[in-house]
Amino acid sequence: MFVEFFFLLRARKVPVSLTEWLTLTEALSRGLALSSLSAFYSLARAALVKSEAYFDQYDQAFQEAFAGVETAMEIHDEVWKWLEEGADLPGLTEAERAALAAGLAGLDLEELRRLFEERLREQKEAHHGGSHWIGTGGRSPFGHSGFHPGGLRIGGASSGRSAVKVAAERRYRGYRTDAAVGVRQFETALRRLRQLSSKNEGPADELDLDGTITKTADHAGALSIVWQRPRRNRTRVLLLMDAGGSMHAHIAACNRLFTAVDRATHLKDLRRYYFHNCVYDNLYLDPTCHPRNSIPTARVMHELSSEYKLVIVGDASMAPSELLEPNGIIWWSASNEEPGIEWLRRLNRHFRHAVWLNPVGERSWESIYGRETIAIVRSVFPMFELTVDGLTAAVRNLMVRR
Amino acid sequence: MSDTMTTYTGTQDYIASAELMQTVNVAVTLARPLLIKGEPGTGKTMLAQSIAECLGMPLLVWNVKSTSKAQDGLYVYDTVQRLYDSQFGDGDVSDISRYIKLGPLGRAFASEERLVLLIDEIDKADLEFPNDLLWELDQMDFTVAETGETVRAKQRPVVIITSNAEKELPDAFLRRCIFHYIEFPGGELMRRIVGVHHPDLEERLLEQAMEAFYWLREIPGIQKKPSTSELIDWLRALVVGGIAPEEISKRLPFLGVVLKKDKDVEAAVFTARHPGAVRPLPRS
Repeated sequence: MFVEFFFLLRARKVPVSLTEWLTLTEALSRGLALSSLSAFYSLARAALVKSEAYFDQYDQAFQEAFAGVETAMEIHDEVWKWLEEGADLPGLTEAERAALAAGLAGLDLEELRRLFEERLREQKEAHHGGSHWIGTGGRSPFGHSGFHPGGLRIGGASSGRSAVKVAAERRYRGYRTDAAVGVRQFETALRRLRQLSSKNEGPADELDLDGTITKTADHAGALSIVWQRPRRNRTRVLLLMDAGGSMHAHIAACNRLFTAVDRATHLKDLRRYYFHNCVYDNLYLDPTCHPRNSIPTARVMHELSSEYKLVIVGDASMAPSELLEPNGIIWWSASNEEPGIEWLRRLNRHFRHAVWLNPVGERSWESIYGRETIAIVRSVFPMFELTVDGLTAAVRNLMVRR
Repeated sequence: MSDTMTTYTGTQDYIASAELMQTVNVAVTLARPLLIKGEPGTGKTMLAQSIAECLGMPLLVWNVKSTSKAQDGLYVYDTVQRLYDSQFGDGDVSDISRYIKLGPLGRAFASEERLVLLIDEIDKADLEFPNDLLWELDQMDFTVAETGETVRAKQRPVVIITSNAEKELPDAFLRRCIFHYIEFPGGELMRRIVGVHHPDLEERLLEQAMEAFYWLREIPGIQKKPSTSELIDWLRALVVGGIAPEEISKRLPFLGVVLKKDKDVEAAVFTARHPGAVRPLPRS
């Protein structure tokens, strides 16, 4: 069954290697799972899963592998906790508690445990409020919340939840990276946009401290300074962002991206312009997209070399005419002689590396409003969804030469 | 490696969840590095202090900086000092080992007794940093190239590594670690943590403050969620300021202690005034 669990994890794309599996085996042979499923749950997770991003997949695999394995051991685990902690029962008066304590005084832990197991075997039904050993709200040291007739589960305190139940809750769903997440993770993804200049280019204007020391020492203390060529990031980025109305729904994800881009100080140059739904003759300098603050698209392409990496952020959802027909631009005051698609193709031809980031999740690209235009835009640009995984894939795409 | 059953059970001033305690014990027993991740302010660094205290071992801290190199952790060869000494004739220059200074990792290996080594914020350093430590953390030994001397751990130290997820750690490194993610504490655990810092707090005040605190964390669009340490500071401010419990959620006093960005403060104040209303979207 354990080996099956390993393959279930692999099937769910949790990167588990043999090294980690052997670590788990070693831990098990040293008895670190404490013979309980809930301890095994956290032990296996600590040994096998190395990022909270995979906790959810782990939970699912665990559930699949061990559903139905609710051993008597599991109950012992919880009950022992109560036995050792001493039952602190709600709804009992001091006098009652004292009486109880007196009644139990003669029993040691072994005895208690034996009695409990006996009761456990005898008891077939739930008991509530009685003075029988196991039940809810009763005067029993064993169960202060519930005893399910079928499930054999003693609940109550959070420690009383069984491992499979914990796994079934899927508390870590929020940590999956295929969901949109925080600025920091976007930054991490953007940091891969690195293309270092080689050591052979540029002026040697950085002091090579180690070299200087070595050389000075070689010359018996006569100072000899060594210069080296620093390695600098050469990545230049052109960011075009859709400021259209349909983007409002995605403002949180976009804000995170913008913040991350703002903080990305490692880029050699970053230009950003805005457009409304689709790129036409003009790009705008700010998100209000007012013609007063615009610059001809052709000039941008002329000024920026093809070394710039083009990142377009937009939902690519519009009326097909906006993309395919002359004068399709959404504003009545403006006109465009060439259809938007022609501009997109032109941009793609000019810039050697280009990607389209879509805040709309990839799963709905073929079903939502705008699916026709999404499909057309995808035929021009490689499109990625605006999540950490999507951005990472997009950055990877930007780094390879087409 | 001694197999004495040393068990970590948390300490008075550090409340650990049962799961965390178990994971620490697994890492200690297997002598593997323990990698700790979690939201800022969940006490990742404090954990190492607590482990050292509970297990009665000395604590060595290696604060990783963006300029840190793996080599710094092992040893530094102080050539400048040697050169200086050679010019001014101080001491025996021919003995290179006098100029080898062990770094935190080197000291942990050389130590006679088992100790806890905290490698704090490993992700601050260069991407390659963790990979450069693979062999040393695995084999727990290294050779000083200048003297040919080998430093080998007599007692495998308990290695605790914290990460803020600023950079992804290399897979080969992760494979060798035991991993734990410290979740943000829920209400019950938070009460116990607060209890450590403010043992005699008025129950009503704590209740109201915690309610407001978790509410603040849930405001959509908040950029920097307040953490445990901010709650503790806030409670102190509330007590010192003599704020009545029922005032807390109404006025949100000393909000600057909890929220550190003016945009977040604005969002909180707006949401408090217009419960249920959707905040107008900021134009970016």
